[in-house]
Amino acid sequence: MEILNALALFANFVVVPATAYGAQLALGALGVTLIFGILRFANFAHGELMSFGAMITILITWFLQNMGVSIAPFPTALLALPIGVLATISLALVTDRMVFRFYRKQRSNPIVFAIVSVGVMFLIAGIIRIVIGPADQSFADGERFIIGAVQSRKALGLDEGIAIKQSQLITVVVTAIVVAWLFWFLQKTRSGKAMRAYSDDEDLALLSGINPERVVMICWVIAAALAAIAGTLYGLDKTYKPFIFLQILLPIFAATILGGIGQPVGAILGAFIVAFSEVTVTYAFKKFLAYLGPTDWAPEGLVQLLSTDYKFAVSFIILVAVLLIRPTGIIRGKVI
Amino acid sequence: MTKRVALLYGLMCLVLIAIGFLQSWNVAFGIFNLCVISAVMALGVNMQWGYAGLFNVGVMGFTALGGLTAVLVSMPPVGEAWAAAGGDIALSLLSLAGTIAAVIYARRVVPGALKLPVTLVLLLAGYFVIGAFFGPAKETIESIDPALSGYLGGAGLPVLIAWPLAGLVAAGAGWLIGRIALGLRADYLAIATLGISEIIIAIIKYEEWLSRGVKNVTGIPRPVPYEVDLIESEWFISLANFFGATEISDAAGLFVKFCYAVLFVAVLAIIMWFAERALKSPWGRMMRAIRDNRDAAAAMGKDVKRRHLQTFVLGCAVCGIAGAMLTTLDGQLTPTSYIPLRYTFLIWVMVILGGSGNNWGSILGGFIIWFLWVEAEPFGNWFMSTITAPLGEESELAQHLVAGAAYMRYLMMGAILLVVMRFAPKGLIPEATNRSTAMAK
Repeated sequence: MEILNALALFANFVVVPATAYGAQLALGALGVTLIFGILRFANFAHGELMSFGAMITILITWFLQNMGVSIAPFPTALLALPIGVLATISLALVTDRMVFRFYRKQRSNPIVFAIVSVGVMFLIAGIIRIVIGPADQSFADGERFIIGAVQSRKALGLDEGIAIKQSQLITVVVTAIVVAWLFWFLQKTRSGKAMRAYSDDEDLALLSGINPERVVMICWVIAAALAAIAGTLYGLDKTYKPFIFLQILLPIFAATILGGIGQPVGAILGAFIVAFSEVTVTYAFKKFLAYLGPTDWAPEGLVQLLSTDYKFAVSFIILVAVLLIRPTGIIRGKVI
Repeated sequence: MTKRVALLYGLMCLVLIAIGFLQSWNVAFGIFNLCVISAVMALGVNMQWGYAGLFNVGVMGFTALGGLTAVLVSMPPVGEAWAAAGGDIALSLLSLAGTIAAVIYARRVVPGALKLPVTLVLLLAGYFVIGAFFGPAKETIESIDPALSGYLGGAGLPVLIAWPLAGLVAAGAGWLIGRIALGLRADYLAIATLGISEIIIAIIKYEEWLSRGVKNVTGIPRPVPYEVDLIESEWFISLANFFGATEISDAAGLFVKFCYAVLFVAVLAIIMWFAERALKSPWGRMMRAIRDNRDAAAAMGKDVKRRHLQTFVLGCAVCGIAGAMLTTLDGQLTPTSYIPLRYTFLIWVMVILGGSGNNWGSILGGFIIWFLWVEAEPFGNWFMSTITAPLGEESELAQHLVAGAAYMRYLMMGAILLVVMRFAPKGLIPEATNRSTAMAK
């Protein structure tokens, strides 16, 4: 029984939260990797794009809550999400038309694109802070838990329960649906194949009559939609903090590079590796080891490899390891 | 070309003088001092971006490292903490050195396939050995008088020594990160520096034994006189009377700011002299050649990665010096005030606006952007109150918008960056190249 308790504890504090976090990162990393693949630059504004999508969703959610609209037991934010997605897509298309298209025509260096994306980041960050303010916002409603700790303890007949928050389940389900659709799109449809061809070899794609502007547009639409969904799910699972979306860029970039730049499968794989290492390394194993060891024994200290304050260090270490050992990533991505 | 430089610098001076007359000379000198520090940071970034085309997104980290050095050099040591935990700290340092030595030795001796597992095992073992000494030491230090100290303190040396040292420390961090990320894709360096800067901030925020963390270190000894001493000393009172000062405390504040200004301008001048000399030397020509066509330069036998590492480290050192200067001016280290938009991306706007590759441009960019950043707040307030005036005082929307007015500066910086990149990618003072002078003829 003790081993089962240890496993339940591990599942409750590591597997469940890391899965939800990994799913959120995966949606972000997919967007970054698509832009890397098609537009060939590191988009520093991606975090703010996520934040913008979440912000619009929150505003619509508040509006709906005031109107008394609710889809309980589900959070109202799910109802507002399509509008957040549409708003983010419009924002992405506007910035592409006003900003990035010019440099594409000039065939500028990828670094120029990255610097320009910093300008876009400043603009979106300013808009977000003026509209919703810099403070934390909570917008989750509906049922909090699907399976509560007490309930699961009884059901499993263990001392430790596995609690699953509704936001976590929604995150995983939504991610699964979106990712399945994305892969179907990329593999089976004409536009998806055009995108892959363009990412693989731009000139060859142009020769075969693929319209580059259309490919770029579809890429922005998908990346922005994914960003809005990721931002909203992240905000729903934790709380919405405007400043966090600059920090979350780091794990997202680490996941992208780890998986191989421009590789959607790699981005998902990378996101889950980053999420699981982050949560595992910052988890205190004291109670877990106490269950595994002899009765009435517990290790001294927390047995925590890194304090949670340093969770960003984990993505950084992963990033450095990838750069040193295999700069192309797990699935061979693009390297100049 | 030089006319344009003189004109732009003259305009900037006029604006600062106007602030002196319209607001107050204290405000004008306050802005000027931070302008000079910003200009030093911009010079550092320009060495990396303008000379070599390296995209460093971790300026904040190197600045903060400089600030930490200022604290560690100048604050008086906390004797009690050293007495209680000094031995443990020494033992943890020893075990750290031992771990590193063991790993290096093992990697030389152990055959290829076993290298990685052996290294990992050694690292893990070292981690627990260090933790065994370090954990209790940390707790002891942090428990000693936590309201006032609760950290190890510094070396108690004059703070001016910290400035060059900060350069060395930042250069060390830059070397480490440069070794790993240079020579790969250009955006990898950006992402890696973004990471290292977040980690440096996290260390300063959470390692209370080292930096007091979010409890902040205040009262860093100054390199210049204190106002309270000035208003009591004979010579200062007569000096103030000579200049016809009405308020002695204002005059003292102004005098202190003036002393800082002299120090900062001296540092800026020294760095600028070296930067200009370097740019005009064969080394500078080589750097530009590498930046403009790296394959051709490599074919001519230039070691591109090594040169990149060199400029990257130099740029980081300059950012570190600026960080130490900033902490000295503030007299305190507040880790929570380090945010990337202000300490990394704002510096980038300075360099791009001023003119990539041109040191004079970077200094000008530092002045203009810092000035706008400071003055954006009153302007934003005025703008927001004007456009919300028709809504009336009571309106919630109006109050919300006025509260958000401070963030107008983000919008402004984004707009400046985008407009400059689009319409004047060479900046206000473009880089002087032989080609452009030839074309002018």
